Amino acid sequence: MANKLDSKIPSGPIESKWTKAKFDYKLVNPANKRKHSIIVVGTGLAGASAAASLGELGYKVKAFCVHESPRRAHSVAAQGGINAAKNYQNDGDSVYRLFYDTVKGGDFRAREANVYRLAEVSANIIDQMVAQGVPFAREYGGTLANRSFGGAQVSRTFYARGQTGQQLLLGAYSEMMRQVDAGTVELRTRREMLDLVIVDGRARGIVVRNLLTGEIESYEADAVVLASGGYSNVFFLSTNAMACAVTAAWKAHKRGAFFANPCYTQIHPTCIPVHGENQSKLTLMSESLRNDGRVWVPKAVGDKRHPNDIPENERDYYLERVYPSFGNLAPRDVASRQAKYRCDEGRGVNDTGKAVYLDFADAIKRLGEDKISERYGNLFEMYEKITGQNPYKQPMMIYPAPHYTMGGLWVDYNLESTIPGLFVAGEANFSDHGANRLGASALMQGLADGYFVLPYTLGNYLGGTKLEKVSTTHDAFKFAEDSVKKEINKLMSIKGSRTVDSFHKELGHIMWEYCGMGRNEAGLKKALEEIPKLREEFWQNVRIPGDANYINAELEKAGRVADFMELGELMCRDALERQESCGGHFREEYQVDGEAKRDDANFCHVAAWEYTGENKPEVRHKEELTFENVHLATRSYK
Amino acid sequence: MAVKHINLTLKVWRQKGPKDQGGFVELHAKNVSEDASFLEMLDSVNEELVSKGEEPIAFDHDCREGICGACGFVINGEAHGPMRSTTVCQLHMRNFKDGEVLTIEPFRATAFPVIKDLMVNRSAFDRIISAGGYISANTGNAVDANAVLVPKADADEAMSSATCIACGACVAACKNGSAALFTSAKISHMALLPQGQVERKERALRMVAQMDAEGFGACTTTGACEAACPKDIQLTNISRMNREFFAAATTQRPKHKDGGAG
Repeated sequence: MANKLDSKIPSGPIESKWTKAKFDYKLVNPANKRKHSIIVVGTGLAGASAAASLGELGYKVKAFCVHESPRRAHSVAAQGGINAAKNYQNDGDSVYRLFYDTVKGGDFRAREANVYRLAEVSANIIDQMVAQGVPFAREYGGTLANRSFGGAQVSRTFYARGQTGQQLLLGAYSEMMRQVDAGTVELRTRREMLDLVIVDGRARGIVVRNLLTGEIESYEADAVVLASGGYSNVFFLSTNAMACAVTAAWKAHKRGAFFANPCYTQIHPTCIPVHGENQSKLTLMSESLRNDGRVWVPKAVGDKRHPNDIPENERDYYLERVYPSFGNLAPRDVASRQAKYRCDEGRGVNDTGKAVYLDFADAIKRLGEDKISERYGNLFEMYEKITGQNPYKQPMMIYPAPHYTMGGLWVDYNLESTIPGLFVAGEANFSDHGANRLGASALMQGLADGYFVLPYTLGNYLGGTKLEKVSTTHDAFKFAEDSVKKEINKLMSIKGSRTVDSFHKELGHIMWEYCGMGRNEAGLKKALEEIPKLREEFWQNVRIPGDANYINAELEKAGRVADFMELGELMCRDALERQESCGGHFREEYQVDGEAKRDDANFCHVAAWEYTGENKPEVRHKEELTFENVHLATRSYK
Repeated sequence: MAVKHINLTLKVWRQKGPKDQGGFVELHAKNVSEDASFLEMLDSVNEELVSKGEEPIAFDHDCREGICGACGFVINGEAHGPMRSTTVCQLHMRNFKDGEVLTIEPFRATAFPVIKDLMVNRSAFDRIISAGGYISANTGNAVDANAVLVPKADADEAMSSATCIACGACVAACKNGSAALFTSAKISHMALLPQGQVERKERALRMVAQMDAEGFGACTTTGACEAACPKDIQLTNISRMNREFFAAATTQRPKHKDGGAG
């Protein structure tokens, strides 16, 4: 494998790179497309849109998901919206501005060419989704409505109440089900990918476990697309769904796909605070709430009064105070850090002292309860169900929580990993958000990759590569199946005394403490001592009841936690080596007045890690980043 | 404010596999925080079972935010339990009393065979969507999103129908095991939008036919589905589906076998 990471960025000015690439890409003629098969792992926005589009083109697609139905993929839970440079509001938006905001929002750690392409196709996504019947919010004249999101001064976010992810996913899902109906997409549900199969150096298939029967199954194809989501569940408590895991990506990593910037994780500022030890997950309250909600804490330390009893002049609206230009719509990394500072100062609220207020009283006075209910009704209801408090009557309490991971498998401009024939899309890749993702950009990226990028770049790969026919009787499949079975047998035979969740929780504590919102050298080194110890105990003492040959939720979780432990270690190493602060990666040693201090001279690069074997240190490779259009500057939202 | 804790007796349906005989097993949930969700309560019962080397209660779940539609079972005879407009993952323990006895069983319907314990097979829903629950818009064909105006009232109503999460509570609540609410929500969503007009008739005919083929019962408009729906999908959707179906059945033109020119 080449050590040099070739990003394959097309030449020419940024505005014409994608046009040039599309013209230069090889084509596969319609009659030949049906001879090619493509595996798509994951059926969230990226996977479902890719499977649908590739099926429409005539490829034979095999789609897989861990869920009982593809419509349950975690994209469904995205709330607030999707960005697109439509400039329907006549407020100065453009492709270039979305590009600029995203590069700046990512703290200059994303690849310019990818980000520009993302901004360029953003408008097509909205057109496509409307054509599929996504019921976006509309104005009385029948045109589409917009709202604003963090890190932008224009209103470019399209939304469907507080359920935008659900509606977009159902759009992509129904298009994929149309292809199932047409026979171009074969769908296999309740399958978890447990290995990638490589033949002659190319990705040619996968091995999955049938979660209902426990059978280990192999599938072959001419190319593999991973759209398996992010790894926030390494923290145990996160806003991710319970089945979200790094496993598919991690197995590919162990077969040679470099893992880029694992330490770039997004801690979302507005989540419902932790209530107790038996909590299973955290719930996000959409960033869109910051359009009308004002964030504050009491000015006095330890003020225990009911929020409604604290007079105006004794409240600190700290985001408005510190960032007068962006105010409550400061980007996520910035808003999270500020919440942490307030709580560290002892001005946090809730019994735990780990919460701040998000207050709608002013907006309700200005617009009326009806208008607020129309905009955020379902979120307010959800908040009340979980906390038992009515946010129309008193401020919400919120606190930051792990939400999204910008890191992921390294891909070039074509979304191809370091393994030829393995493409990675959506949150599973590292590509477009740099060190911090702006709100409403995840849906945009997932759909951009699936609808508008992969159909071209996969065609280029298949049209330009001579592939031998491979069947699942090939030795490489046997080899992968054996290694999967070996791991399952090993897990089942431990028969220890600790539950899988108890290990996962302990790992989560370590990660949150030392590799969460604030990181420092001593803490990261401590984590790097503790994780291997925990991992060792896991492999000696985990308890999995039942058998491997039918439904076994504990076995499923155990496999995922085993991979999270290895990933956690790599995240800490990556965070330790990146001796700067940027976006969501905040090294306490590198700051100016509480703001991230980048080191462009030494760290203006992507760190891509190469797996070298069990218990051997991974090797760090660099892809240098160049900024020819958006000039490197200190990010300021003041 | 100190959090209260409660103790519960659970009678849980345990069934090893699709072909095995199932039955109720009594379990105890001890010291459950009132801030916990119903599924977190089951998590703690499961942790205890696993610690003893016993198999945990199997149930489908994922997002735990009431939007993915994976979770769902029957508590004391009610699909998703006693709270209206709430999935079991969003149902919190402060709605139960200390010492209560809860009977927990899977959604029951001919078209939803039990897989294990509280898990049922709802793949029939995917097949109903696959039979026309879409608008055929190939990637790259779309016109500008604002080129087709949609009256706000239509968009809002379509959205209300589109919020269905396919959890299956409507089927479980219905004495006939009918999937009319689920199917009609999708037919309505698309019939209300201009983009859905072209395939409107064929969609209604095919989706209804698939619903029947899956073994769901007929709708007798008792309204139990609407009461159980965690997303407040309205019974009016079913009226619309019936109109769409009759209109399509009486006016659908026969399919021409001839291809186009060229």
